[in-house]
Amino acid sequence: MKKIFALVDCNCFYVSCERAFKPELKKIPVVVLSNNDGCAISLSKEAKKLGIKIGTPYYQIKKFEKSHGVRFFSSNYELYGDMSKRIMESLKEFSPHMEIYSIDEAFLDISNQYIKSYKEYGQTISKKIYQATGVPVSVGIATTKTLAKVANHIAKKDSSCLGTMDLIDWEEGFIDYFLSEYDVSEVWGIGRKNAGKLKELKVNTAYDLKMMDERAAKKLLSIVGQRTVLELRGISCLDLQEVRKDKKGISSTRSFGQYVKSINELEQAIATYVDRAAIKLREQNSIASLIHVFIRTNVNNKSHKQYANYKVLKIPHPTSYTPDLTKIAIKGLKEIYKDGYLYKKAGITLIGITSQDQTQYDIFSEVTKDTLNKEDRLTKAFDLINQRYGLKTVIMASQGISKPWKMQRDFLSPAYTTRIDQVLNIKI
Amino acid sequence: MTSIKTNNFKKVSVPFFITNIKAGFPSPADDYIDRSIDLNDYLIQNPSSTFIIKVSGDSMIDSNINTGDLLIVDKSLNPKENDIIVACVNGQFTVKHYHLVDGTYYLVPSNKKYKAIQITQGMEFECWGIVTSIIHINRK
Repeated sequence: MKKIFALVDCNCFYVSCERAFKPELKKIPVVVLSNNDGCAISLSKEAKKLGIKIGTPYYQIKKFEKSHGVRFFSSNYELYGDMSKRIMESLKEFSPHMEIYSIDEAFLDISNQYIKSYKEYGQTISKKIYQATGVPVSVGIATTKTLAKVANHIAKKDSSCLGTMDLIDWEEGFIDYFLSEYDVSEVWGIGRKNAGKLKELKVNTAYDLKMMDERAAKKLLSIVGQRTVLELRGISCLDLQEVRKDKKGISSTRSFGQYVKSINELEQAIATYVDRAAIKLREQNSIASLIHVFIRTNVNNKSHKQYANYKVLKIPHPTSYTPDLTKIAIKGLKEIYKDGYLYKKAGITLIGITSQDQTQYDIFSEVTKDTLNKEDRLTKAFDLINQRYGLKTVIMASQGISKPWKMQRDFLSPAYTTRIDQVLNIKI
Repeated sequence: MTSIKTNNFKKVSVPFFITNIKAGFPSPADDYIDRSIDLNDYLIQNPSSTFIIKVSGDSMIDSNINTGDLLIVDKSLNPKENDIIVACVNGQFTVKHYHLVDGTYYLVPSNKKYKAIQITQGMEFECWGIVTSIIHINRK
């Protein structure tokens, strides 16, 4: 049976999460800012109309608050992460076969279902998600993932689609028409560089790409490009990736809210980043054998002395034990640190990741002191406490108690769905 | 030829047997399943669409909703007659009873001091969710 994919993705996701709990923002221009309130990363339709683009620095659009009533918000990842979980959970009812592509996008395999009208099916999905979570989504349905992306894009841009577009219940001629209106640079898997190469060969639209000789496509764009051509033709080459592949590198980096001069503060920051990354490492039952540490000044401020450096250190006994990783990271930091600079960003990446040996326990046996060594027991307790009482309940002292270098987030809304002391308050 | 009707699939809990079987007298309680009440399971049917809201004000005191109470709200349910709902009216949240009278919908308070709100065409009205439980903390 032919494969059918639905791509569901949220409309201006971060903005929509804010609006779900603040209905007065429904028709107002809303902008969500990146880490450190640096630049715009999510825009409502009204904000886009004012000419604001993704990536525009805050200081350039600050004026719109007074002139056009734009509301700014800091990124509330705790809220967005939870809302994403809820949306993905709600989507499961439409198909158990789902690939969570990003925080606000998922592919569903709806192949073996009896669906009378794909348009109606898509509308059922978007109505259900909107009602359940308050977040509006767009749905694209087609016989390949690449075409589903095209359909989804059309659904988003064309309001007459009412949020859903399928490329199935149409005659081939109509589908080709839609593809001919679709710029080749927007096709999934075709970046700007490849689009340039293609346009030189007069391949300007998705239709042109579909009609391209697949061997020529392979020569120009490698096997990925050839697959894209086949997918545009309705031949499914890309399967759903239902299981998230274990990360091969786990990063934790942040820009500082205030410039950092001293090595002590940098040590605190690095220790915090190691902790965060190590938690993710343990979540996927892995250990790391290498750690990459970097620090740098603000490249955007030409008046500051510039310095950037990094070091990759070997971890003598690959581990996920935070204290050991922290010790090594700090050692690396001390080697690259130079006094007299205003540091703006630092981070670590855990690499050389392998799977931890699984120890099988008999379900009727007790876990005794003999089966786990001291480090593992401490780590287990650490993780359990943080899971139950919230992240950061127990932290390594090296992370610092007061953190002046922490992220600036002046416009942060409450964590409505994850903290009982921050739930929505209604006057009735 | 007889045909067999298949059952609707029901969720079945498989008992999880945990006990140390030591030599000696077995406890009569061993035959019983070790379990405890989970309020999440009992109170929340659809976790992905359930939210918690805190209220303040006296318009619903006759329905036992008081300032400081927490409401468990399920957004996936559709309003039924006399449900307590969280509604958005002209961009503002409120919590009221949902009533149908002579073909017109009303949002009705539970306090004689306040008037019912008629839901009209010109109004921006959206049912945000249904209040399924009210949590009143007596002592912390």
